[in-house]
Amino acid sequence: MDRRAAFNSTWLAAALIAPQLILVFIFFYWPAVQSLYWAVTLEPPFGGGNQFVGWQNFQTVFSDNLYWNSVRISILFAVCSTALTLVLSLLLATFVDRQLAGYRVYRFVYFWPYAIAAPAVGLAFRFIFAPDAGFVSSINRVFPNLWNPALDGWDAFILIVIANSWKMIAYSFIFFLAGLQAIPRTLTEAGAMDGAGVMRRLWDLQLPLLAPTFFFLLVINITESFVDSFGIVDIITGGGPARATDLMVFKIYSDGFKGLDYSIAAAQSIVLMVLVVSLTFVQFKYVEKRVHYS
Amino acid sequence: MADITISKVTKSYGKTEVIHGVDLSITHGEFVVILGPSGCGKSTLLRMIAGLEAITGGTIAIGGDVVNDREPRERGCAMVFQNYALYPHFTVAENIGYALKVAGVPKAERQRRIEEVARSVGLETYLDRKPGQLSGGQRQRVAMGRAMIREPKIFLFDEPLSNLDAKLRVQMRLEIRKLHQRLGVTSVFVTHDQVEAMTLADRIVVMNAGMIEQIGTPTEIYERPETLFVAGFIGSPPMNLVEVEIRAPGEAVAANVPLAIPVFPAMAAGTKAILGIRPEQIEIRPGGRHALHADFVEKLGAVQLVHGRFAGVDFIVQCPTSEPVAAGQELRFEINPEMLHLFDPASGARLKRDNLRQHASKAIAA
Repeated sequence: MDRRAAFNSTWLAAALIAPQLILVFIFFYWPAVQSLYWAVTLEPPFGGGNQFVGWQNFQTVFSDNLYWNSVRISILFAVCSTALTLVLSLLLATFVDRQLAGYRVYRFVYFWPYAIAAPAVGLAFRFIFAPDAGFVSSINRVFPNLWNPALDGWDAFILIVIANSWKMIAYSFIFFLAGLQAIPRTLTEAGAMDGAGVMRRLWDLQLPLLAPTFFFLLVINITESFVDSFGIVDIITGGGPARATDLMVFKIYSDGFKGLDYSIAAAQSIVLMVLVVSLTFVQFKYVEKRVHYS
Repeated sequence: MADITISKVTKSYGKTEVIHGVDLSITHGEFVVILGPSGCGKSTLLRMIAGLEAITGGTIAIGGDVVNDREPRERGCAMVFQNYALYPHFTVAENIGYALKVAGVPKAERQRRIEEVARSVGLETYLDRKPGQLSGGQRQRVAMGRAMIREPKIFLFDEPLSNLDAKLRVQMRLEIRKLHQRLGVTSVFVTHDQVEAMTLADRIVVMNAGMIEQIGTPTEIYERPETLFVAGFIGSPPMNLVEVEIRAPGEAVAANVPLAIPVFPAMAAGTKAILGIRPEQIEIRPGGRHALHADFVEKLGAVQLVHGRFAGVDFIVQCPTSEPVAAGQELRFEINPEMLHLFDPASGARLKRDNLRQHASKAIAA
């Protein structure tokens, strides 16, 4: 039985699709084409005539050590924050799925961080982890200079990883919880009857059956950490100290809007776009093959 | 020894009590069927034995040890679930052998035992398949094999046949019975199907609304139902139940139809009782004392069921197909007083010869 609604009139269908198409066009295709154009031209900062330069902008970007530093940090950031997010959200989802005390409250509370805008998250973490005023200051009093993201690059890096994961855990948690609850209860009960303890059941039965969810979240988290981390970096570290948290997406912003070098920024965003698209492609092509869809 | 002793077991969800103090002892090697309508608490009771459901009150002991606080794996039970609960990402061999893998049995021995069990449930050629590629009957066999391989002290079956089609159900029923004869393992089997219960059980436990109504062999349950509920639940077609009033010793009347009832001389006139007559124990006789106006006739092959009204209630008579009866006709029959069952309308309890006197004296006092 075909349950889709069929529209006889074409103009009605077009009218219904139009708002979404217009949005996608204005906010994705148009800027994408525009940056492609800027990436192959030399764009003066205050307008005026531009000049076609071909690959030159890309050559400049790739020969810049600071750019490769940014790529390295971005990859490390993606790996760390995705790993932290997936592990913690799975752990929390397992707790809630096992209906530990208070799980009804946690189910809601865990999702809230996702509803908070990235700059707001950044601001909150900036206060909480401020070396002189936040709760870390009491630790710094005992071990002076143990924590100072304004001076120590690794501290700053850890801070943006924590902030980004804190926000993303909410999203992953909901998906993991839904995935766990979609596994029939009798299956884990059968596992219990077969003598498997909680951890063994999680490892042998629940995780393999969660693989599709896990894969989906892996793709989403890696992509998000590449393209959606701007707000957190901008508010918490501003890319510093000494470019220790200069993620690719932040470097695009600072080169383009602070340095007013639109051409270089456009070239970088094209590189980032190609990177994210190819990463997703690789994940779907190779990782998905090892995932059981039961 | 794997005997099970259940004493004063209750189960509550929040403030709602769903099992109200169940006492049951099952001896080693026995096949006990818990029978009851849906929602009567039979599955909950089984799951409490398995350890999948916490026990609110009372104790459950297996082989003399109270197991209330023990994990399922420490109880030595294996369970077959209604929806099979096979691991979809494992092959048949991995499904059957999972318990051994968890227990750390070496691979070679595991392989040998998997093959042995697979042979005994007829799955030796399917070991590399995933459950999704099997038919319902084959999945059921995998579930059985998975339970067998652990050589458990107790088998628990939670309505394992209800997802199968009628023919397969009869076949699997037979196989479960054979398995029990071969292994002699204490088994508890939950079902709502009385035919399954009658054919499989050494003893049947009839449950209703969180309480045990009667425990007995299939014959006892059928021949001497202890309560009105059991009388109405066991037997297909169900027992005819007629509300009667005693008119004289040994005689009752229902809607102006006089009926002879078993001898209970002390029962006073005016007492009410419920009289039960099984459709298959009614004697068809031309010129019999009673008449049933046949509204319609169901022909089931060997027998036919005549539906009509008698003594003010809907009434069913079962007779051989050879009996010439059609809708609109009158069927004459006799009721043998020895085949009657009598129940107290207030408590639903069976009126036995010895407590009939009490019943009568109470009626007089009132």
